[in-house]
Amino acid sequence: MDIKHQKKIDKTVTSLRKKDVTGGKVVTESWEPNLEYAWDNGPAISRYLAELKKGKLIGKRCNKCDRVLLPPRMFCEICWRPTDEWVYVEDTGTVNTFCISHVDWKAGRLNIKGGVRPFTPAVIEIDGASKGMGILHMIDKTNPKNIKMGMRVKAVWKPAEKREGSITDIEYFKPIGKKK
Amino acid sequence: MGYRKVAVVGAGITKFARYAQETVSELSYEATKMALDSCEMNLSQIDCVSVGTAPDAFDGIHMNGEAMAEGSGGWCKPVMRNYVGGGTGVMSAIHGWQHVASGMFDTCLVVAEEKMSSAFPHPAGAFLTIFDHTTEQPLMPTLLWIFAIEMQRFMATHGYDKKDIARVAVKNKGNALNHPSAQLGAEITVEDVLNSEIMAYPVNRLDVSPTSDGAVALVLAAEHVARRVTEKPVWIDGVGHALDSAYWCTRDLYYPDYVEVAARKAYEMAGIKEPHKEIHIAEPYDPFTYKELHHLEGLQLAPRGGSVKMLMDGHFDRDGNLPTCPSGGLLGVGNPIAAAGLMKVAEIFWQLRGEAGKRQVPGQPKCGLAQAWGDLMQVGTVVVMRA
Repeated sequence: MDIKHQKKIDKTVTSLRKKDVTGGKVVTESWEPNLEYAWDNGPAISRYLAELKKGKLIGKRCNKCDRVLLPPRMFCEICWRPTDEWVYVEDTGTVNTFCISHVDWKAGRLNIKGGVRPFTPAVIEIDGASKGMGILHMIDKTNPKNIKMGMRVKAVWKPAEKREGSITDIEYFKPIGKKK
Repeated sequence: MGYRKVAVVGAGITKFARYAQETVSELSYEATKMALDSCEMNLSQIDCVSVGTAPDAFDGIHMNGEAMAEGSGGWCKPVMRNYVGGGTGVMSAIHGWQHVASGMFDTCLVVAEEKMSSAFPHPAGAFLTIFDHTTEQPLMPTLLWIFAIEMQRFMATHGYDKKDIARVAVKNKGNALNHPSAQLGAEITVEDVLNSEIMAYPVNRLDVSPTSDGAVALVLAAEHVARRVTEKPVWIDGVGHALDSAYWCTRDLYYPDYVEVAARKAYEMAGIKEPHKEIHIAEPYDPFTYKELHHLEGLQLAPRGGSVKMLMDGHFDRDGNLPTCPSGGLLGVGNPIAAAGLMKVAEIFWQLRGEAGKRQVPGQPKCGLAQAWGDLMQVGTVVVMRA
């Protein structure tokens, strides 16, 4: 596998450019899948969603390892046993880590120079759940440059009539003062 | 335990390209044919095939393992597919090792392929479906986010500076200049990395590996076959893999426990007590710059919080004490997901045989390691090889 095998390696692949593909220079076949799914969420996540609709966050405790699991789970993956009671947790938490994204889900660029605010997703450790139990959500209404790890945040909920039992019933998390 | 010794006796690789006209099966054929030719073997001498290809969503072919099987020499043979995201390439080699070490088969072709260019407008969109469908997908996450989130945690925990981590890109893209398959070999500077487009802070464009099409193949053989086929077998002396929780937000992302678990299993099997002294050369998984360092710490090849200093001291350069990603890695050679992992195993094979040409590290390395990572920030796969 020396560089002197360059010619041999080059012959393995016909390298194209994007415009060769999108511009029809090579023959391609494209397909838009018409697929729809309805996912059953099981007892744990179904209750989680029902509580989100009420404006509350709920977890489930494992009495063996004494962890409050969030999102709730029907079994503890470490103790390998059914979990125990449901536990309401707070809608406040601490930023464990975050990023400042200039791209959307399909790597499309946001118009940052045009004033579009970058996405600031974060792992948020929720108060009342066990240490390290984070969830993915968005931080908003603050300059991305001011977001810090360890920052205290609180959920901003959609109005009750607009909630539908989804993680997006929380619109975003906003910074609050230090924990009392 | 009663394992048989297993050697890598041949390897093949295609060019890695952003858009390849060849189909998944044709790419697999090119790599497989080259691997068989390299050890002067033919398909009649092959007992089974271990294939690897990662998310079907890239190729747009449901059950892509079947699509690549014939090109992988699988016609009317036992063919088994591996599928653990980015960990797939090294997992395919581990799986091939299991087939031969167990005594079930004497030879095994290991073939890994990925064709990401089929997904439009960008393959990144396909990653949406790996997140939890109910609790995460509604937030429209992209894989870049969780890498950036993890990098931030890694940097903050150890006090690492982004501009130091950028040196991984400089090193790997530079190494790739000497790899005949490379898609993105380049001579760049730390400033180039820092000035490249921000994707998701702290990740800039040059901190990220490209999307690629390509394939890699290895020929594995039991000892009695290997000794007949080649004078330079490279032994797979240790393998390990481990899977952590899919609840990626509930782990502390600063440290890859699952990589440590996988590495310890591989070291124990290979009789390695002090990995940082006994491993001469390593191909840690580097889809992002920080990931190489993150994994080196998990592999016990750098102390927790000490990898950046070793990087800055030149420890990981081609002529350093522990050359890492001498191939050029995913950042330089390219990242056709499953094939990229197996490319790392192939690189250790060529390096330990002294056949890496201009990429050859000095000092005749005798013991090397390849590692890949994948799924949802959760799988570690490790092989330890000796000349």
